[in-house]
Amino acid sequence: MSAISSAWKRLPWWVEPMTVVLVLSAFGLYSFVAIALFPGEFRQFVSPFYSPEVPLPNWMPGFVTAPMLVLWIPLGFRATCYYYRKAYYRAFFFDPPACKTGVQQKMDRFWAGKNAAEGYRGERALFVWNNIHRYFLYASIIVVLFLWYEAFRTLLGPQGFQVSVGSLLWFLNIVLLSAYTFSCHSFRHLIGGNKDCYSCLRGGNARRKTYNFVSRLNLQHPQWAWLSLFSLLATDLYLRLLQTGVITDFVIIPFGG
Amino acid sequence: MDRDAANDKSMSSKAHAPVANEDLGKSGGTAKLKIFRGDAEGGREVDYEIPLVEGMVILDAVLGIQAEQAPDLAVRWNCKAAHCGSCSAEINGKPALLCKSRVDEYDGEIHVGPMRAFPVIKDLVSDVSWNYEVSKGIKPFQSDEQAPFTMYEEDVERLYEPKKCIECFMCQDVCHVLRTHHKHAEFAGPRFFVRNQWLEMHPMDNQERLHDLKEDNGLGYCNITKCCTEVCPVGIKITDNSIIPLKERVADEYYDPAKWLMRKIRGR
Ligand code: SF4
Ligand code: SF4
Ligand code: FES
Ligand code: FES
Repeated sequence: MSAISSAWKRLPWWVEPMTVVLVLSAFGLYSFVAIALFPGEFRQFVSPFYSPEVPLPNWMPGFVTAPMLVLWIPLGFRATCYYYRKAYYRAFFFDPPACKTGVQQKMDRFWAGKNAAEGYRGERALFVWNNIHRYFLYASIIVVLFLWYEAFRTLLGPQGFQVSVGSLLWFLNIVLLSAYTFSCHSFRHLIGGNKDCYSCLRGGNARRKTYNFVSRLNLQHPQWAWLSLFSLLATDLYLRLLQTGVITDFVIIPFGG
Repeated sequence: MDRDAANDKSMSSKAHAPVANEDLGKSGGTAKLKIFRGDAEGGREVDYEIPLVEGMVILDAVLGIQAEQAPDLAVRWNCKAAHCGSCSAEINGKPALLCKSRVDEYDGEIHVGPMRAFPVIKDLVSDVSWNYEVSKGIKPFQSDEQAPFTMYEEDVERLYEPKKCIECFMCQDVCHVLRTHHKHAEFAGPRFFVRNQWLEMHPMDNQERLHDLKEDNGLGYCNITKCCTEVCPVGIKITDNSIIPLKERVADEYYDPAKWLMRKIRGR
């Protein structure tokens, strides 16, 4: 792991921002095409993009599909996530693209004329809206609960209880999504970061322990962010492969029947 | 991790004296340094070459050059043990402690220059006094109780990390809000968010700090891009453990409609 990360550090500075741009754009494109054009169910499997299922009101314009009514939650959650903010400020806005003097200065000039640097507002102008992140967190916790439900539902095959490769994937995905959601900085704040004194609180010790646990998860927040993004993709892709009959779901432990 | 281990080794050599070629056998080869020579008016990089000694840090090389080739080369240092925070400079465009960076960590030519977010005085020395001015503007610690306090470990464990700061100001130097966008007048910089976090989370401190953080210290200018965290020589997770927790507290106070409503109802 450390060999990989030190090799990564030796790459030219632009590799990291460009990778982020490519991966996020590809993910955005894929998920948009998927939810706009294709159904999200196959037997007991529901794609994580399509849960919870909400009924589509009649007055909705035709291009809106049911998953779009829910997807703004995880989308908003990631868009306002402290980690993804870092990633896109660096990769899409080049502000800063990297931490080296030459690069920071060069970008400054290339950006937009002479006084662009002085016009920087950071998160004080438009991006001040990122402060609503906590509300996306609250909504995402609900979505995560639904996805746990969907994961358990995959255990109910056509012949009764079974464990298949698909189920394992659905569980892996929701575990990673939960790790991402509960390692959130806003959650860490809510659970104990907003308190100065635990010994002054009733149940303070439990509070502190939870806070310390979340802090440990939070150390790996970027990692959860990427892994859960990829697991979402893999899960949806698996469903597409099932739908089109390219693969069949391999049952590991058959039961019931 | 590896870096720390390497550093421990170099520290155990001779704490204060530069590692000169006479006291440790030459390991063959030379180190090529391009050192910035100049002042506030400008300057240029000058090439130097010095015999490479095993375990040598950049500060050794610079002091060796100063002793033998360029007696007027200005460099600030003190402890040579990564403790005093005096020897901060930029190596290959990134802030680093000269005394903590081993020469053999770098391949090829090594560019050494002063910190650029502050006015250069001469060669590798820049004027960091702006930081002391910012520091003066931060409300000092104040408590309702008389020290010594009775405090519990679980309430202060979070306060050890910000206390590790050695005030090297490298995080200030690398922060694009200062280095690229020159917001020195409106932005306190990561070092002072670290300090504010310590004060704000201190169970005995009674001061209201969030307003100052938002308005005077420009916390909102920080876009959490973590360059400060990348360079901190004592490993403070500045962005994750100081800045973001403070942003969350500021959000409680200024950007959370539900909390705002609750305060209205309770008449606060
Ligand atoms: S995280 Fe914030 S304070 Fe740290 S370098 Fe980036 S913008 Fe500056
Ligand atoms: S926080 Fe770290 S980088 Fe910043 S001044 Fe303190 S020790 Fe130096
Ligand atoms: S900080 Fe990343 S999800 Fe909240
Ligand atoms: S000389 Fe003290 S930190 Fe380098």
